[in-house]
Amino acid sequence: MSEVAWQKGWWRKDLLSIKELSREEIQMILDTADSFKEISTRDIKKVPTLRGKTVITLFYEPSTRTRTSFEIAAKRLSADTINISVSTSSVVKGETLLDTALNLQAMEPDIIVLRHSAAGAPDMLARALKASVINAGDGFREHPTQALLDMMTVREKKGSLEGLLLAIVGDIAHSRVARSNIYGFKKMGARVRVVGPGTLIPRGIESLGVEVFHDLREGIRGADVVMALRIQRERLEGAFFPSEREYARFFGLSLDVLREMAPNALIMHPGPMNRGVEITPDVADGPGSVILEQVTNGVAVRMAVLYLLAGGTRGEDLH
Amino acid sequence: MRICIRGGRVVDPSQGLDGPAEIWIKGGQIEAICRAGAPVGGCQRDAQIIEAKDFLIVPGLVDMHVHLRDPGYEYKETILTGAEAAVAGGVTSVACMPNTDPPMDHGAVVEYVLRKAKEAALAKVYPIGAISRGLKGEALSEIGELKASGVVAISDDGRPVTNALVMRRAMEYAKGFGLPVISHCEEPTLSARGSMNEGEVSLELGLRGIPSVAEEAMVARDILLAEWTGCHVHIAHVSTAGSVRLIRDAKRRGVKVTAEVTPHHLVLTHDAVRSWDTDTKVNPPLRSREDVEALQEALRDGTIDVIATDHAPHARVDKEVEYELAAFGISGLETLVGLTLMLVERGVLDLSQWVTKVSLNPARILGIKGGTLTPGSPADLTIIDTNTSWKVDPANFRSKGKNTPFKGWILKGRVVYTLVDGRVVYKAGI
Repeated sequence: MSEVAWQKGWWRKDLLSIKELSREEIQMILDTADSFKEISTRDIKKVPTLRGKTVITLFYEPSTRTRTSFEIAAKRLSADTINISVSTSSVVKGETLLDTALNLQAMEPDIIVLRHSAAGAPDMLARALKASVINAGDGFREHPTQALLDMMTVREKKGSLEGLLLAIVGDIAHSRVARSNIYGFKKMGARVRVVGPGTLIPRGIESLGVEVFHDLREGIRGADVVMALRIQRERLEGAFFPSEREYARFFGLSLDVLREMAPNALIMHPGPMNRGVEITPDVADGPGSVILEQVTNGVAVRMAVLYLLAGGTRGEDLH
Repeated sequence: MRICIRGGRVVDPSQGLDGPAEIWIKGGQIEAICRAGAPVGGCQRDAQIIEAKDFLIVPGLVDMHVHLRDPGYEYKETILTGAEAAVAGGVTSVACMPNTDPPMDHGAVVEYVLRKAKEAALAKVYPIGAISRGLKGEALSEIGELKASGVVAISDDGRPVTNALVMRRAMEYAKGFGLPVISHCEEPTLSARGSMNEGEVSLELGLRGIPSVAEEAMVARDILLAEWTGCHVHIAHVSTAGSVRLIRDAKRRGVKVTAEVTPHHLVLTHDAVRSWDTDTKVNPPLRSREDVEALQEALRDGTIDVIATDHAPHARVDKEVEYELAAFGISGLETLVGLTLMLVERGVLDLSQWVTKVSLNPARILGIKGGTLTPGSPADLTIIDTNTSWKVDPANFRSKGKNTPFKGWILKGRVVYTLVDGRVVYKAGI
């Protein structure tokens, strides 16, 4: 953790989940991200803040957006970045996750950004390594930087999350994005609903303090923010819902259905989208859609997280 | 024009009514029920009078388990002949099972059935959609679309959903759409190729048996899944004492489970199979005396909510074969009233309980209008002469299915009028 960050009140070595963060910590990350956002609009999109730091992205699942976003964030802060993905690593030779990580640790990186299909994998590395670990998505459990960029985007548009109504629509059961956002938005004072067929809403989710709806119109009625989740058709069709067609008809966001939302409501999607399934193209590209702004803010949020976890004493050089 | 039904005894448990009363019908709806002899405001001379002196008047019967065979098996029954059989049996609403060909696993078939029912303009027909595509027990059918097309429940009746995970997901999904799941409870690995109840009669006759436990294992599973998912599960054609115990216990725990029993499981035992009459072959099979007594007790104490016929018409060709090869099923619509009033006569049920089981409860379980004569409800009602006996002659059935093990039985209680939406759709030749 950086000295500057420490002075601000940041104590953590790792970012593993939103669940473990306090409201103040989330606030601090979002404030920091707000101040970093401007860097990406400069002609020279680089500050020396993390010069000499090494960031490794270790991705055990395919990803374009998240990995690129972390890499760009690190580079704009002048860190050295190394990207490892399953196909090019020694994983194919049968090395365990822990052995891979210990070998990387031996090369003294400062931060490891891990995406893994197994829930809890980042926590295991965090305990074993000296380097900071950032969870870039673990199984169905959490995707903290996604929730942070979602909160940043909403805060930017609405001023505050306090008292807002968020409706998350779709495959809640298999979604790390849903879990992180439920924790995050609730901590920041928003109300959260989850909407989807009974098969895709995990049993007992009410215990997280959300309301459950199986009817899309009812579920998004009066919502300030509607977030559609990606439907993994290849895995779910037939088993969790009958067909893509039926899913689109009953749970897809369309212009007609969106009339139920509050005026000036925001439409979000963590990507990648199945246009015509969980969201129609006219909604994805229409007014209220902040889907690409989410991606823009993703860089700022990840810069903030990298900075808080590994920021050098050069923090003041920022401006 | 108004219709006035006068002189009869009206029994309507939905409003605690049992006694002489006049029923006024206007615009297809119940307008008013007045104590007999009381002057009626606005009584008009042009009212059509139906004399119901000494007759029993009840809300139209709702049979929540019938097979209309159409589309696909029109040689066994059509929606028209099935609807004719229904109203002749005093039944004003039927819910029909999806094991047609093609099965009711998508909206177009449901719309076909509803259109045919509308053309028949006799009994009201409420389709039940398939749980799984092609009734295969694998992928979910388009349950949302089925609901939008008009189904009132889902079931793979006749084909148990053997994969517990598929059943779990069906319940979770159907719950979200507010549909009950009707379960045909049978563990096929236990019932494999049996053709009658496993017991002393199957032993004597040398027929392969279907054990009680084949039903009970699945009843237990589906009750547990209903409890886990919070979905309403309705157990079709309960036939064993063990199933009754499981359902009774589940209801006590507050599980959302309801259950039905057929008339034939209430009055026949597996002893009937000794006749080698293939019309006694039915699934679930006729069981033992102890099972029948447990079913009657379960009706009385509310464990079983509904009497439904499982009307399963077959052509002679399906039945005029060796017992082991014969099709399962009994044509039941036209003997429903006679057989079940026998239970009232024997003191198993009182009249008010009877109406609850054959009309009020099934309407409530399916969430359909009917089962009541409260003013404003559709004027669906059944008028029964409870004193006249008649002999069951399948040749007189409106149903194409003449397959009844009750042929030659003398039954007391005969439907004289059936009204649907205030229209007389059946009148007995007096």
